[in-house]
Amino acid sequence: MYILHSCGNLRNKRCNLQDFAEAFRLAFGLVLSGDRDLFEIIVLSLQVSLSALMISCVIGFTLGTLVAVTRFPGRGLAVVTFNTLMGLPPVVVGLLVYLLLSRAGPLGTLGLLYTPTAMIIAQAILITPIVAALTRQIIEDLFSEYDELFQSLGLSVWQAMGALLWDARYSLITVALAGFGRAIAEVGAVMIVGGNIDHLTRVMTTAIALETSKGDLALALALGIVLLAISMTVNALALSMRATAARQAYA
Amino acid sequence: MREFTLQMPHSVNAGSASKAAAKAASLFPLAVNALIFEAGGRRLIDRLDLTLSAAGTTILMGPNGAGKSLLLRLLHGLILPSDGTISWGGKQPDRDIQRRQALVFQKPVLLRRSVTDNIDFVLRLHGQADAERRQELLARVGLLELAHQPARRLSGGEQQRLALARALATRPEVLLLDEPTSSLDPASVLMIEQIVRETAARGVKVIFVTHDIGQARRLADDVVFLHRGSVAEHAPAAAFFSNPSSSVARDFLAGRIIL
Repeated sequence: MYILHSCGNLRNKRCNLQDFAEAFRLAFGLVLSGDRDLFEIIVLSLQVSLSALMISCVIGFTLGTLVAVTRFPGRGLAVVTFNTLMGLPPVVVGLLVYLLLSRAGPLGTLGLLYTPTAMIIAQAILITPIVAALTRQIIEDLFSEYDELFQSLGLSVWQAMGALLWDARYSLITVALAGFGRAIAEVGAVMIVGGNIDHLTRVMTTAIALETSKGDLALALALGIVLLAISMTVNALALSMRATAARQAYA
Repeated sequence: MREFTLQMPHSVNAGSASKAAAKAASLFPLAVNALIFEAGGRRLIDRLDLTLSAAGTTILMGPNGAGKSLLLRLLHGLILPSDGTISWGGKQPDRDIQRRQALVFQKPVLLRRSVTDNIDFVLRLHGQADAERRQELLARVGLLELAHQPARRLSGGEQQRLALARALATRPEVLLLDEPTSSLDPASVLMIEQIVRETAARGVKVIFVTHDIGQARRLADDVVFLHRGSVAEHAPAAAFFSNPSSSVARDFLAGRIIL
């Protein structure tokens, strides 16, 4: 916001360009210097988002595939619900998890509020519908191709689900990637349930929000660059896996 | 075009063939009575009656839209009739009877896996996953050299042979084939026909859908000629090709257009 706003102001243009240059310098400096605090934040960000992703994949792949291969009353409603929940506002999820985990909440006794576990729960809730909805679409397309073969071979629902998930594995990497992207970039929910506590629940996005509010835009931008670099690396890895699959005609 | 070798056994073991035939016989006679199938307000199978014995290869023949593929799907239980009955050896179709049959589709449906994994998938389902059996099946359809290729990278003929090998992996007592050679070159057609002939010689009942008269002549022991969703004629192959009793079959064999 600051950058967009300032770029419209000619008087501040030099200053902003300096900010960008400073941010890149700082970003590389931070990474190259092996700044312990920075790495702690990066590791926690990855831990939280990857854990949430793992939970979401287990639930989302199963639910999405189940909805794709079975016919039951209310199936249409389930599909609409998945699709609607893809756009869940993070702050709303954060608020719900906060109410659930706060002292007065039903799970308050677990003492999970302001811990990485609470952040994992919030992110998992946020991205599970994304994983489930995209999985349903991919598996349904594949199932329309395999349906008669599976019927002919007499496969049970679980056997069919297993075969479909295996054969769609490279497409599902993209689904997981979409979920990871949403999780790692999310700030609202983790801020509410994590509290951005230094050395405990501070992740990349909450750190960026904090530095921005303190006015240290260069540092905020540097953290943003590191965050982007992580996302790009993960994307590049997934893309190369898909390309390998396409070469082998599996995808 | 890829090089390959088609390894056919010189002779089919007479003992195992008679055993297989005896097992398949329990599914026969196949009796279809007053079968009706309707979809989209149209009657596609119209009070069809048919009785098939366990012996030999039955060809389902007829012009496009006669209901050949539909009948095959109904026999295999992929779709349910609107009315009428199908009975296999006096039993109503169920999951067990379906598992004793295998269907090869017109367009082969292959898993996104290697040739080997496509066979192994079915072998595992039937609890007989062993490398020797897989090799034997691949050799039987001439795909040994392509065992580790992705299935979807195979040519059309190779894909159909793989689909056939996968069907045979289930050790079916009845093999249903839905125009398996409709878009293949003559060499592939002959290879598939040879595999089908050899399978029938092993005592497996073959029900083969085609509208290719030459192919029907090469493979048929008896012919069921369908027209507008009903059986127009059912006769032994020799009688059918030399002196068809129905006018539609006569027109079809003479190459006249049937409306």
